[in-house]
Amino acid sequence: MEFIDGNLQLKEIQKLEGHTDRVWSLAWNPATGVAGIPAMLASCSGDKTVRIWQQPSSGQSSGSWECKAVLEETHTRTVRSCAWSPSGKLLATGSFDATIGIWEQIGNDFECVATLEGHENEVKSVSWNSSGSLLATCSRDKSVWIWEVLPGNEFECVSVLQGHTQDVKMVQWHPFVDVLFSCSYDNTVKVWAEDGDSDDWHCVQTLGEANNGHSSTVWALSFNSTGDKMATCSDDLTLKIWETDRHAMNEGCAPWRHCCTLAGYHDRTIFSVHWSRDGVIATGAADDAIRLFVENTDGSVDGPLYKMLLKKEKAHNMDVNSVQWNNTETRLLASTSDDATVKIWEFASVP
Amino acid sequence: MVSALINANPVVYETKERRVRSAPSDVDEYGIEPINQEEIFDHVRDIKDPEHPYSLEELKVITEDSIEVDDKRNYVRVTFTPTVEHCSMATVIGLCLRVKLIRSLPSRYKVDIRVAPGTHATEAAVNKQLNDKERVAAALENPNLLSMVDECLAPSYA
Repeated sequence: MEFIDGNLQLKEIQKLEGHTDRVWSLAWNPATGVAGIPAMLASCSGDKTVRIWQQPSSGQSSGSWECKAVLEETHTRTVRSCAWSPSGKLLATGSFDATIGIWEQIGNDFECVATLEGHENEVKSVSWNSSGSLLATCSRDKSVWIWEVLPGNEFECVSVLQGHTQDVKMVQWHPFVDVLFSCSYDNTVKVWAEDGDSDDWHCVQTLGEANNGHSSTVWALSFNSTGDKMATCSDDLTLKIWETDRHAMNEGCAPWRHCCTLAGYHDRTIFSVHWSRDGVIATGAADDAIRLFVENTDGSVDGPLYKMLLKKEKAHNMDVNSVQWNNTETRLLASTSDDATVKIWEFASVP
Repeated sequence: MVSALINANPVVYETKERRVRSAPSDVDEYGIEPINQEEIFDHVRDIKDPEHPYSLEELKVITEDSIEVDDKRNYVRVTFTPTVEHCSMATVIGLCLRVKLIRSLPSRYKVDIRVAPGTHATEAAVNKQLNDKERVAAALENPNLLSMVDECLAPSYA
């Protein structure tokens, strides 16, 4: 998609208030926002709860987003991350209480149908693979766990991956193939794949400082829609783009290489990065701003490969912890912050 | 048995004279009030050292000059000096400073806490930990650590 500089804006649609402590993360339900089903998102917080928010149903465009449910009294500490299964039926939540909750919508209520235990301490991130058959989790205990989803809401741990030397901040499956990516306080990104013969998972690549990688904690990563590019963001104040061979990757696993580093744009730690299906990369940082980047298509040979489209200063009153594009309405962005709010934004042309 | 102290005989210094702060008469309740170095020093000078009955000021772990403020940019940096190079209490001291400033300063401030360059054996590791807000958040949910921090902070609220 082409973007013309200078006439774009990130317009605040609504501020969602209800959490009583910092909001860490959010997830759009992939089964909503299509076929007349109102969009839904989950947000999780230091207040130990998860809130489910729903868009006004179509035809009520003047209506506002509402909190439909509060998932509480299950996690006993901060809920750090949440992720919907690809079918949108299950929500996984990772908490500092060292457990993972699995929630199912039954009627209008959400029930905790399973609790996964095993990590030694704070769980920091949860991620479903593209088919919903596997769930990955990671923790301050430096390990990454892969759980197989069995019938009847049973989950069996199939592998415990050791390799990071410090907390693992985030896990993320590749969008098409069962290859897992993790990033860490040890400044690296690791790529994990299954060994075809032994059903064992192992680290196939480590992207570290020696490979033009990050020089401090890597907080998050995100893939483009074709799965051949990845963006990573860090406490080193840079955003990095990595690339691989699309065909080789989609047939199994291929090595990733550094493509470019976007430095000089962020003033404080970048906590979140998310790549929209339209190719717009959003970042959320500790300088309270949201920034949008796109691939530079002006054709100059020596020009930068990516450019900043816009910077929304003071997007929140405090640190921006998470930014997530909607999966279907690709111009809809949601963000979370230490200011205890979730915001819904529309990326649009200035009228 | 009493466990061995990390620094059994710390040097205790005289403290700076206290200023009496007069309440400003024409306060704009909704205006942004600038904050200066002195004021931030007043918030943290009486924090008790985790292993001695002395304040961070008395042990010269912090001085007024170790506080940098850029009020326009809403930025504060506190640089502290552990009493000994291998002080295992450095992260607790840093955590105390961070918690006190989270509780005392308006939320618009960005705060960095660091060990003075060259004063600690594992300086980079301590600094990284103190400035990782996820680790700080998790630490403050640990009841033992929180009660230790609260005990050190108690005199600073007097």
